[in-house]
Amino acid sequence: MNFDLILRIGAKLVLPFILLFALYVQFHGDYGPGGGFQAGVIAASMVILVSITFGLQNARRIAPQGMVETMVPLGVLIFASVGVAGLAMGKNFLDYSVLSGDPRHGRHLGILLVEAGVFVTVSGTMIALFYAFVERGR
Amino acid sequence: MALLTLLAVVTVAIIMQRSLFGVVVLFSIYSFLMASVMMVLDAVDVAMTEASVGAGVSTVIFLATLHLIKTTEMRQVNVKLAPMLLSVVTGGALIWGSMILPPFGRASNPIHQHVAPHYLENSIKETTVPNVVTSVLADYRGFDTLGETTVIFTAGIGVLLLLRGARRRGRNGEDRDAS
Repeated sequence: MNFDLILRIGAKLVLPFILLFALYVQFHGDYGPGGGFQAGVIAASMVILVSITFGLQNARRIAPQGMVETMVPLGVLIFASVGVAGLAMGKNFLDYSVLSGDPRHGRHLGILLVEAGVFVTVSGTMIALFYAFVERGR
Repeated sequence: MALLTLLAVVTVAIIMQRSLFGVVVLFSIYSFLMASVMMVLDAVDVAMTEASVGAGVSTVIFLATLHLIKTTEMRQVNVKLAPMLLSVVTGGALIWGSMILPPFGRASNPIHQHVAPHYLENSIKETTVPNVVTSVLADYRGFDTLGETTVIFTAGIGVLLLLRGARRRGRNGEDRDAS
């Protein structure tokens, strides 16, 4: 497909910063605004931008369809297994304090893991939906 | 107030607009205005979600949907009375209900008396996480967030199945066993 040169160069310039911002929002969510949900959407928007400017084939090379579709249930699994870890250690479901010797750090670690799960599911779902829509349109 | 007025203007514009492409653009504007309202209310996390999901990804999904369907809304043939009556009554009931809500933002409101003070005081002590929104979302209310993630998973799987399933059977009904 023949797209505008300026658009392509501009997108190329912006792309790494979008991903960097997504990672910042993800891992800084416990100190500033943000978290897994927002970061997942921002990361997905990067792949969508690649797909819009450089075509679906190039987007598929960054985020293969199989990987994206595995991510959809994987995130829920990560989240739930963190919860089950609490059960296995004799505490309540989703009690993160067992994850580390210090209960406070355990809860911090639990929050990070759970946010990672949310990130995986949200970004996977958004990209998979976009792929499905684009495929349907062809 | 200016933001809320703009929201109302955009809503009326969405209703009046016949071209669906215009509607999608207006939806995006609406989401950005909503994000600004959230910013004014100091809810930065919600503003971020609204801007990225409402204005960003859902606009793209809407445009992708428009790619599949016609882009102009059909003209309304006749005005249906029952749905209009229903929405007017529901809207009136909601406004009537909001009359007895406690005044907005007062410190003695019930919502500020129950568990919120505990979260605000003990978030750093108990979880070492300074952003209370994150600690409430992922720790204190972790079960809710697990449910939310499951909702996204379920909704995503549902839409994927709908789009894929129709494709696999072939658009003209012939059996095209693509895998």
